[in-house]
Amino acid sequence: MPANRFNGFTDYGIGIGLRSPHYQHILTRKPVVDWFEIISENFMIDGGRPMHILDQILDQYRVVQHGVSMYFGSADRIDREHLKRLKDLVQRTNTPWLSDHLCWGSVDGRYTHDLLPMPYTFEAAAKTAQKIRDVRDYLEVPIAVENVSSYAEFHVSEMTEWEFLNEVVERADCGILLDVNNIYVSSQNHSFNPFDYVNSVPPERVAQIHIAGHSKYEKYILDTHDHPVIDPVWKLYDCAIQRVGHTATLLEWDDSIPSFREVHNEALKANRFLAKSVLARAV
Amino acid sequence: MNLLTLQRTMAKAVMNPLTPSEHMSSRAPNGEPMANHAAKFIKPNDRLTSFERLEIYNRQYWWRLMSSLAEDFPGLQAVLGNRRFESLCKAYLVAYPSRSFTLRNLGRDLEPWLRKNPQWAGAKQAIALDMVRLEWADIEAFDGAAFEPLKPPDIAKSAGANLRLSLQPYVHLLKLNYPVDSLVLEIKKFNNDTEFLSNAFRERRKRKRVSAVARLKPKTIFLAVHRVAYSVYFRRMSAEEYGLLVSLQKGKTLEQAFDATYSKHSKTFAADLEQVTAWFQNWSHLGWFSAPSQKPARIQKCQKRRSAKK
Repeated sequence: MPANRFNGFTDYGIGIGLRSPHYQHILTRKPVVDWFEIISENFMIDGGRPMHILDQILDQYRVVQHGVSMYFGSADRIDREHLKRLKDLVQRTNTPWLSDHLCWGSVDGRYTHDLLPMPYTFEAAAKTAQKIRDVRDYLEVPIAVENVSSYAEFHVSEMTEWEFLNEVVERADCGILLDVNNIYVSSQNHSFNPFDYVNSVPPERVAQIHIAGHSKYEKYILDTHDHPVIDPVWKLYDCAIQRVGHTATLLEWDDSIPSFREVHNEALKANRFLAKSVLARAV
Repeated sequence: MNLLTLQRTMAKAVMNPLTPSEHMSSRAPNGEPMANHAAKFIKPNDRLTSFERLEIYNRQYWWRLMSSLAEDFPGLQAVLGNRRFESLCKAYLVAYPSRSFTLRNLGRDLEPWLRKNPQWAGAKQAIALDMVRLEWADIEAFDGAAFEPLKPPDIAKSAGANLRLSLQPYVHLLKLNYPVDSLVLEIKKFNNDTEFLSNAFRERRKRKRVSAVARLKPKTIFLAVHRVAYSVYFRRMSAEEYGLLVSLQKGKTLEQAFDATYSKHSKTFAADLEQVTAWFQNWSHLGWFSAPSQKPARIQKCQKRRSAKK
């Protein structure tokens, strides 16, 4: 499903996250990159160097916005100041779609700045879907929600994580940013088969895919985005691409960031799976 | 347990301070054993108890927010030392949990909080307050709004006693009791330089920095924290120059600003005329003045982009 209404009918290839250690390289060498993903919150400011850099990037590259603090799943009301600033940025970047996480992170106006897991209940699904609809109507841009890595599950949950994801996106009629690394991390932390998850996702709703590295500890895995992608995650990615088709793919590398070339080369490894899927569909 | 109750319960536990050994407290905020509290809403698995699963989020919360404050206030950390800085940050975060969607705003209440809670800085309260004010101004100057600057001829054209000039939002004026600007500059240089230095050399530099703090003697300085070509600069100025700018920033007319400034000083405006003219030239060359009631440049640029696409 390369182009669909959840990614603005675009046909983007492999992108990487725009991160400050790479600004100089990108602006001076102008490497060929299909698209960059920006963290919206880093540019929801009034001015200065970040906005200057962003404008230069926008002049030369395609940019998609990815947020980390909309907290669709928070019982709190939407922060109007947040939305206003986000809309300013959407108008500036002309992002074809906008993604944020299927999680919560604030309550009573207090922010944890974390991506906290949802209780998988029908009440939470209904409230989250309504919030996604409200945000989409205000921003006037397609929304894709991303599955998060989690380290805890709740007694009150009434369904699996993938059933919850499907419940939310159906109710909200929104897209999915499928993070295959997050699926892998959660599958290890909660002992489920990650392929069950990938195979349950409605392919027609997948707007984008995330890949990343993580850190393994004795009793759990942490989603740290500070390593290359491991083979089991590439296998999940392969499965997702076979199911969904050639889809905009983004490598996240947020900590211990290596050179631009190393990050880009890691992302481009996705090409072998994308090419295979194109070939399979052509036959 | 409905969504709101679960989120309130978990958020309270996640934001509960860690023990000195950086583990989750054995007591929940409501006083019951944390293990029992966590087991009420979090499932255990075959490797981790409910307590241990909740602890992952509790530790991540504190580590993330503490490192954000350390990144934003390295000068305060140098003034207080690591241990005292950490205690202060923990107390501040308990009193003022983040109320913004962005970590950029995490330290915005630090100065008023520290003013009311001097025990956290002890004998270094005065210098700590100066440092917090300077480091917050640094953050605000870095990404503050910029209006279309008034050019020197524009100012000259409309110059008169009743002229009001707006200062750019990214220009911050500070009167400090300690010359903490030099310390911040040293720390910035240290942070830029040390990427490829050996640990031993880094340690020596750190010791030098600590002794620089100890040597800092009280001295009133007047400072403009501003930016040029997207980089933040600290510019020291005289009491008269500072006084004039503060008056203009408050919305006073030129005449009122001159009166307010020179009534407090031994110098007369007439005697200082040449100097004042040079200041105005300098300020307008730096682009510090803007016409009142403008929209930030970012909005103007958005509108330009949108109209270009039509």
